[in-house]
Amino acid sequence: MAGKVVLHGMWASPYSNRVELALKVKGIEYEFVEEDLTNKSETLLRYNPVHKKVPVLVHDGKPIAESLVIIEYIDETWTDGPRLLPQDPYERAKVRFWAGFCQQQLFEAIITVVKTDGEAQERAVKEVHEKLKVLEEGIKGNYPEGSLFVNGDSVGLLDIVVHSILGAHKVHEEVLGVKFLDPEKYPRVTSWVTALTEFPLVKEAAPPHEKMVGFLQFFRARALKSATA
Amino acid sequence: MAEEVILLDDFWSSMFGMRCRIALAEKGVKYEYKEEDLRKKSDLLLQMNPIHKKIPVLVHNGRPVCESLVILQYIDETWPGKCSLLPSDPYQRAQARFWADYVDKKFSDLGRKICTAKGEEQEVAKKELIDSLKLLEGELGDKPFFGGEMLGFVDLAIVPFYTYFLAYETCGNFSIEVECPNFIAWTKRCLEIESVSKSLADPQKVYGFVLHLKKVNGIE
Repeated sequence: MAGKVVLHGMWASPYSNRVELALKVKGIEYEFVEEDLTNKSETLLRYNPVHKKVPVLVHDGKPIAESLVIIEYIDETWTDGPRLLPQDPYERAKVRFWAGFCQQQLFEAIITVVKTDGEAQERAVKEVHEKLKVLEEGIKGNYPEGSLFVNGDSVGLLDIVVHSILGAHKVHEEVLGVKFLDPEKYPRVTSWVTALTEFPLVKEAAPPHEKMVGFLQFFRARALKSATA
Repeated sequence: MAEEVILLDDFWSSMFGMRCRIALAEKGVKYEYKEEDLRKKSDLLLQMNPIHKKIPVLVHNGRPVCESLVILQYIDETWPGKCSLLPSDPYQRAQARFWADYVDKKFSDLGRKICTAKGEEQEVAKKELIDSLKLLEGELGDKPFFGGEMLGFVDLAIVPFYTYFLAYETCGNFSIEVECPNFIAWTKRCLEIESVSKSLADPQKVYGFVLHLKKVNGIE
């Protein structure tokens, strides 16, 4: 499939990382443009006037925004190479449902833990555990054990989304002092995330632990400061 | 195997259920409609959507699909051929998914604020809604529908919110038609289509429902 591919993203953005991983799994060559989110480029604002956010994939000059929309576009456009979504409509519905759940419920709860302290943070931590419990039950019920990832032997959309949210669990532990991935409470989710972080493409692309810790500390400090302002 | 399609839904209030009803009607899929009383959820609902305990739920041959936009895509992929909801070109599909996602992110929250907030908060929400509708007008352009010549994914995603406009306008004391005539012209075109007009709740009843909810929650 010809055509120039440019990804406007940011190294620490989980949304941006998702798209990069999808491109790598498909073996698509792309140019990465690192955006300064405190000083957004004209180009970014032109390509994503509605949300003004990363990631934006530009294929042959045509922009696509929203990470999950982008990943489905990638899967539908580059059809040789591993599939990112299954073929069967019911299986596709399951992937979309769980990706939506992880994004809207689990991820939002984790962000709240990062951005708050005291009682508000305690409540948010409790919520993360509730969501993880739901995810654990959901994966057990919907995906029998046997394959490494939900998508089989290669990562797909749901694997990619879960990695973008839980892959940094060690960073969360260090910065927040909270351990989310308890292998006793959430055995399937924990083994799944471990397999994801060990997957060669994922491992190669992962930013260094210390750099992520530094970024999350900065992000949290900024959020706490603006909350009290 | 005989095909069994059930839609668990709540006719009066759910915009998300309306989306699914239009899609099933457009595709000519025969289904059994099961009305849910959201104050007293049925065993079937709790079994089929244990996670969110919400409607709509499409149950196809015993297997549940939840979340309206996921359901729409499932319907489109399972019953292809008639009335495609999503275009065939991947870039156009991506644009359709983007705009449906935009509507989900914006409208529910804004609508709620317009109906329940007061003063500055309400004014800000009204302005944001009008700005969003104008943005959608721009996206529609000269086309009869967001899907082009026929109804598509984005049309189905948006049109049920129209049933709440009377409630928004009355609570917020403003006219959406005055601010966004092209948007209202589009809703009128949609309402001429049987699958839409039969699937949408009556705005008067919806307004009554909003007033009831406000009363029950102690909001003036």
